[in-house]
Amino acid sequence: MVEVKVGLGTCGISAGGYTVFDELKIEKDKNNIDFELKETGCMGMCYREVLVEINDDNGKWLYAEVDKIKVKKIVEDHLISGKPIEEWLVKMGKSESEDPFFEKQKRIVLRNCGEIDPNSIDEYSAREGYSAIRKVISNGSPEEVIRAITESGLRGRGGGGFPTGLKWKFTREAPGDKKYVICNADEGDPGAFMDRSVLEGDPHSVIEGMMIAAYAIGAEYGYIYVRAEYPKAIERLRTALGQADEKGYIGNGIFGSKINFNVKIKEGAGAFVCGEETALIASIEGKRGIPRVRPPFPAVKGLWGKPTNINNVETLANIPWIINNGPEAFASMGTEKSKGTKVFALAGKIAKSGLAEVPMGMTINEVVFEIGGGIKDGGKFKAVQMGGPSGGCIPASMGDIKIDYDEITKTGAIMGSGGMVVLDETTCMVDLAKFFLTFTQNESCGKCTFCRIGTKRMLEILEKITLGKGEEKDLDLLEELSYKIKESSLCGLGQTAPNPVLTTLKYYREEYEAHIRDKECPAHSCAALIEYKVIPEKCTGCTLCARNCPVDAIEGSVKEIHWIDPEKCIKCSLCFQACKFDAIEKI
Amino acid sequence: MGENLSKELNLNIKEFKIDLLKNGGDPGALIPLLQSAQDSYGYVPEKVINYISEFAEIPAAEIYGVVTFYSQFRLKPLGKYIVKVCEGTACHVNGAKSIVDMLLNELGIGVGETSDDGMFSLLSVACLGCCSLAPVIMVNEETFGSLTPDKVKKVLKKYRQK
Repeated sequence: MVEVKVGLGTCGISAGGYTVFDELKIEKDKNNIDFELKETGCMGMCYREVLVEINDDNGKWLYAEVDKIKVKKIVEDHLISGKPIEEWLVKMGKSESEDPFFEKQKRIVLRNCGEIDPNSIDEYSAREGYSAIRKVISNGSPEEVIRAITESGLRGRGGGGFPTGLKWKFTREAPGDKKYVICNADEGDPGAFMDRSVLEGDPHSVIEGMMIAAYAIGAEYGYIYVRAEYPKAIERLRTALGQADEKGYIGNGIFGSKINFNVKIKEGAGAFVCGEETALIASIEGKRGIPRVRPPFPAVKGLWGKPTNINNVETLANIPWIINNGPEAFASMGTEKSKGTKVFALAGKIAKSGLAEVPMGMTINEVVFEIGGGIKDGGKFKAVQMGGPSGGCIPASMGDIKIDYDEITKTGAIMGSGGMVVLDETTCMVDLAKFFLTFTQNESCGKCTFCRIGTKRMLEILEKITLGKGEEKDLDLLEELSYKIKESSLCGLGQTAPNPVLTTLKYYREEYEAHIRDKECPAHSCAALIEYKVIPEKCTGCTLCARNCPVDAIEGSVKEIHWIDPEKCIKCSLCFQACKFDAIEKI
Repeated sequence: MGENLSKELNLNIKEFKIDLLKNGGDPGALIPLLQSAQDSYGYVPEKVINYISEFAEIPAAEIYGVVTFYSQFRLKPLGKYIVKVCEGTACHVNGAKSIVDMLLNELGIGVGETSDDGMFSLLSVACLGCCSLAPVIMVNEETFGSLTPDKVKKVLKKYRQK
């Protein structure tokens, strides 16, 4: 039967996915057509949402940017008359050529995202779902499972990059009869949405990964710690857990064995620091999410003082694939020390923003240009920001660097959880460093003095510089503070908070110097250092800028050249954005 | 005692499983309790904090400490329309500042404040997770993407006329 799927991840829903879905349903009933209408998760092409895929005898047809009006025509032309509408398609039937966005990807974690209905355990099962856990329960000792994961070379995808097999081994070997496994779904990096998409698109794969982890370390209880800001992910996880429970896949005596496994969802209440393992544990225990000294590591003493294994969503989604396909298959992809694939959330000034999974070892340039389609609006590639507030900027000149934990760490950035924000020439690096510092400053839990007060002082210095009041000595002070904060903070938040400043200082020191010495912002972004002016030759006197100015700083009447009063101007940039003739410039 | 006290205070909270905290029970139940209170009231009222404190014999200051640690919890009611402006990285580099400026200007309130008529509250959030639509705002449950300051004006106008 013909299948019609609508991409209903948060990105699809935000773009109006449910309106399209409902319209398809209305058209289906009205015309009495026989097709199966289904929900699915994120297909990755967030920049072309809403996406609708038609699966018929002639293959897969993917329609982009569908809205209510297009639905009517797609139903009439394609579904009733059998004539696909070529100009709206990004994937055409059986034709071999794929959109380059997909062609270069290797989908392991995202194997089911955008393919199956996340609300259907049967669809997951039909694609080898829950076969890996059956396999390990019936003929694989926990030690064998740990060996397989170790051999696969899988490393923690939350950003730390710690070998997963080793982590499991530590928890397995830790003494204690009660152990826990936790799925860390507290994805907090601004600009990152990989884990959310996996949870929304394929929740069962994460649950199965947790079950295998629990079996390997000998845990009977699991927690999924997920951000409350992800309501759709929570809803689909609950549905998935309910279905798994009904089938006897979780609970007591799973798959008819003597093994028990129970899972609870804990909604995180919004604190970036809870991505740190010990803070996350404190939060599950009902306390303020404040990290504690390690060791003892959670593997020895974690939740309620018991040995606890914590893995990130993406790490867990890899596990069933590794068991089903063997560790060698996984280890055959990637570089010497970074195996498998990595999911990236491409965002910022990139033409095709969305979700992409690539084999490790691909270069940054390949990701940005071949998958992401380069810079949007014809801009010039300046840098990528990786690892969010804990990471740093890698300049375009280093675009040949491979996606590899150690290679990226060498640049001063980190692999991170997968946020890749692309920057063009209009982004001021000092302002960007300030942006991240504002974030970490806000999110610092306050336990360590250097993180609490040091980041505040750094932020003040950055503010001074962006206001054009910086001094030469400020740069040294920034560096000194950075190293002191790194050395004197307990957890990853403080230890990495200075990274955005350090990397921009390393690669874009001249931008800092321009702010300080010349009182100039080379990217024309810092409000205090720019002025808005009307270009007389281009101004048509349409008055649009004057009407948009919130402080009446623009003078001029109809068909007269306008003038911006620098005394009154608050540099909000509204006139610049409003002008249809590019007649306002920033200098 | 719990039930009487709850009636006396006129607490009407959905999914309020306070018995889990009885006699030191499961301390992990505290955050879900506060979340259910906020779901029901739109914020965490002081009476709920005091009630939990008495029932579970946890100092109210400790509960207050938990409430103020997490950004999800609010101690005051919000306006009819909650405008969340995304200040994530993708939105930041795509001009979120001009969106914030326009909101401040149009609503006449600061971030974290509620207008006097109780119509709008303005909140800033770290990331709404739909980065491909940057810059983005959310009004209650509805998302508006690829915004310009001008579009923001139109969105607000729509809600004002509701």
